[in-house]
Amino acid sequence: MIPPTASAPSGITRVTLLKDLRLEWRSKDAINSMLFFSLLVVVVFSFSFDPSAEESRQIAGGLVWVAFLFAAVVALNQTWAREIRNQVLDAYRVSPAPANSLFAAKTLGNFIFVSVLEALMTPLFIVFYRLRALGPVWQLLLVAAFGTWALVVNGTFFAAMSLRTRSREIMLPLLLFPISIPALLAMVQATTAILNGEGARFWIVLLGTYDLVFTTVCLLLFETVLNAE
Amino acid sequence: MNCEIQRLKADSFRRVSARLKACPDTSLTIRISFTSQALNPLTENPSAPVNVITVTNLIKQFGRFAALRGVTAEFSGGKLYAILGDNGAGKTTLLRTLAGLNQPSSGHVTMLGARKFHDICAQVGYMAHPSLLYDEMSGMENLEYFGRLYGITSRTRCADVIRAVGLDPELARPVGHYSQGMRQRMSLARALLNDPKILLLDEPFSNVDLHSATEMVRLLGGIRDRGTTIFIVTHQASLLEGAADEFVWMEFGKIVDRTRDLKRLADGAEPRHHTSSGAGEGAP
Repeated sequence: MIPPTASAPSGITRVTLLKDLRLEWRSKDAINSMLFFSLLVVVVFSFSFDPSAEESRQIAGGLVWVAFLFAAVVALNQTWAREIRNQVLDAYRVSPAPANSLFAAKTLGNFIFVSVLEALMTPLFIVFYRLRALGPVWQLLLVAAFGTWALVVNGTFFAAMSLRTRSREIMLPLLLFPISIPALLAMVQATTAILNGEGARFWIVLLGTYDLVFTTVCLLLFETVLNAE
Repeated sequence: MNCEIQRLKADSFRRVSARLKACPDTSLTIRISFTSQALNPLTENPSAPVNVITVTNLIKQFGRFAALRGVTAEFSGGKLYAILGDNGAGKTTLLRTLAGLNQPSSGHVTMLGARKFHDICAQVGYMAHPSLLYDEMSGMENLEYFGRLYGITSRTRCADVIRAVGLDPELARPVGHYSQGMRQRMSLARALLNDPKILLLDEPFSNVDLHSATEMVRLLGGIRDRGTTIFIVTHQASLLEGAADEFVWMEFGKIVDRTRDLKRLADGAEPRHHTSSGAGEGAP
């Protein structure tokens, strides 16, 4: 006898996340696009400017996060693209699996992809811009985690929202960038402050609050977005 | 005969039926009828069926276009319904509305006593025209994933369903490398995975060769005999002749006729086309 109920939401999130990681491992659609894009940004900017160590500390925060933001958009577009190929998303929609499990899995998947990108690109940034943090480095890790989550949670949500629009690849940045401005500002300010050995507590708290608010809102609204026609 | 049927796959059921009647070799029709009769005791037992789906004045609009224009019908349990009609008649929209994928603009659907699809979704299987499968994963990997969404963790169950549709569960290559017919069968396996009480199938025989399609009809007949209510949207009505308990004819977003006899539907098709304002909906 088949049990006529779904698995626990956390179980569905886990299997969906593993499925996404497996698909990405096989296709490498998102990670390759993100890597090449970020690499281009680092190289082009390093040839365009020749900053001193002091100047680098002032501009690196902005450069790094803008590069990651643009690269993340590439991954976010890929996230749902494979769900609408063969209309696989409909198979999820007719199942008893909760919508939020899908959202959580997609967000976690994007968080992993963008974090891998950051881990690979940060050493290049350090080398090309001769960066050396004057403040505590562990705070940079906190900013990276909160900042990445801010990008992917909204990005995953708005990518799902623009899924059924005709020019969704244009629509995603149009929706995502304006709403990400407070988070981007906090990420850049916090990174610059830490690199210059100044206090970044306010910006980190702001980033954490932003994450909390937008994660809650996205979870509350995702089912409506998923079932929208 | 096979080539003739293959060539006519894209035709509407009326054209197929007309050609079949004209064709001297009727062995195909006879064979399907025999198989279905042998497997279909429910059709001979009028006390068994209970209404499992009630559709009341269902209207579905996409912008200014009304795809469904007031469908009212009742469908009994344990029967196989073939939904027929020309392109744009509203067949797929009706099926998607039953599957909870389209929200009615007005009217409502009651399935297994529930108004909300979510309450009974675990008891419904849905197969669409696209495969609803991940191209990069094998058939077994796909079914294991979708099984988990229904709380099914048994690999044996997935393998059994794959075998039931005539495929090999050990086939390691990704679904994207399957032939179209294999993909259709794997898609059917996905729909059968949760052992549904209601099975909604949109064009399950398209791109499937005649032998496999006949096997699929036989499999579906067996599933129906175990009490599952099956809806099949198809343009290949002749495949279901003898297997379907009822043929439902749709036109301009309405059900305009329901009959057990495909030939009667084919014979009476022309006059109905000119009086399509919807009288007779829901009348078995």
